[in-house]
Amino acid sequence: MAYNKPLPVPQGESDVYWQKAKQGELWLRNCKSCGNAYFYPRDISPCCFSKDTDWIQASGKATLFTYGIVQRAPHPGFVDDVPFVTAVVELEEGPKMATNIVIEDPTPENLQIGMALEVVFEDITDELALPKFKPA
Amino acid sequence: MTDLRKTVAIVGVDESDEIGKVPDKSNLTHHAEAAYNALEDAGMSMKDVNGLFTAGTSTLNLAEYLGIEPSFTDTTAVGGSSFIIHIAHAMAAINAGYCDVALVTHGEAGRSRRSRPGGDAADPGSQFETPYGFLGAPINYAMAARRYMHEYGEDKTRQAMAEVAVATRKWAQLNPKAYMKDDMSFDDYHNSRWISWPFHLLDCCLVTDAGGAYVITSAERARDAKKKPVWVLGAAESHDHNLISQMPDLTRTVAKNTGPLALERSGVTHDDIDLAMIYDSFTYTVLATLESLGFCGPGEAPDFVANQRTAPGGDFAMNTSGGGLSYTHSGMYGMFLVLEAVRQLRGECGDRQLDDPKLCLINGTGGSLSSTGTTVLAVD
Ligand SMILES: [Zn+2]
Repeated sequence: MAYNKPLPVPQGESDVYWQKAKQGELWLRNCKSCGNAYFYPRDISPCCFSKDTDWIQASGKATLFTYGIVQRAPHPGFVDDVPFVTAVVELEEGPKMATNIVIEDPTPENLQIGMALEVVFEDITDELALPKFKPA
Repeated sequence: MTDLRKTVAIVGVDESDEIGKVPDKSNLTHHAEAAYNALEDAGMSMKDVNGLFTAGTSTLNLAEYLGIEPSFTDTTAVGGSSFIIHIAHAMAAINAGYCDVALVTHGEAGRSRRSRPGGDAADPGSQFETPYGFLGAPINYAMAARRYMHEYGEDKTRQAMAEVAVATRKWAQLNPKAYMKDDMSFDDYHNSRWISWPFHLLDCCLVTDAGGAYVITSAERARDAKKKPVWVLGAAESHDHNLISQMPDLTRTVAKNTGPLALERSGVTHDDIDLAMIYDSFTYTVLATLESLGFCGPGEAPDFVANQRTAPGGDFAMNTSGGGLSYTHSGMYGMFLVLEAVRQLRGECGDRQLDDPKLCLINGTGGSLSSTGTTVLAVD
């Protein structure tokens, strides 16, 4: 069946993020003024409002910060997925991002806050892959 | 800051003609009916209105529909809290002389609408949250509730969420306009189906069709109004994130700033408050808000609301309309906090009327726990 969930539309300042994701890599913007990586990618850093920024490759390691287990699909594209896990993960580099946890049996018992995770990439179109996380 | 206490008053409030499940009425129909009714409550006409405020649609749409040319216009739209923040903006505009009769309206066919609002694909949320199914408030707010449980204890938090749901339903049973009036036991709460764990159905606000409006004017004009003025003492507003994944602290909203500041500007303290109208999009929203406002400390809300303390007859009067959980919630509920606050302070609440309340604190929360507006209202 065709992929019918909402698709991200890359913007000028996130093209690199999505291109790297398609290659199976997670990249972050980094503020060179203070040395902090940040999410989501934008040209001017939110920490220092500095233009002195670049890209760094993230390790792909993260911990589970919080999550929910969605039982009622919020969109027709998710009907076959329920129950599924929406989560906020804390990347090893510091920033937090929204994602899904890829797990066989999504129960509170199997989802412990602080548990170690690693990034995986789900190909969703010929151009796009979504970074998701699974237990490490 | 200039002392603005009692320089403006709310002089008219009302809902649209029918609320709840109202097929065949659009958002703007609800706006207009509520405006009509609130102006009648104030003893004023549309000709008196020169300041126009709304959220959810542009005042361009609204003024054309209502047939007016405002001299002050404000479409501050930061979620359901907007209609609390509009009080502060009207206060500023009236004091600056930009307008003297401000009309604030809300209308949303949340249940029966025939079109869905769409997001902008270029917004960060469209790239970094919605592809994962972060769609709709129950999913977003669940992130915060789960984190709170982790920090302060799951069982204790669960019990507190149940206390809020059950207590709020008891108030709704005393409000003829409430949508949900069936008895709700603790078992009913715990047995209700999961929407987005940790939220049961009964943790979530309703989805209804409803409009509401209020009229706010200068002290001078307020003295000629049909009913006794409900004074604005002070207000504060803020926001700190839009995407739930970027919220700095999932257990604290910016009410931590707007609560103390609104109280200070009002010249009153927590203990002076007779009624708290707290935006209850979810049971959890109430817990985080009570703590952030400073009614209790971090992690103390479960004890604060224990033993049905916020139910009718309890010693902390809160959400006496039945709230967004059981009275009405069209999508941006903040407007309805104001209607109930004004009616309680005027003594118009029938079976649910508090004993001569003088001071009410309103706190609206909007977006994904993103924005808050806090206001203190008073009667002489
Ligand atoms: Zn920086």
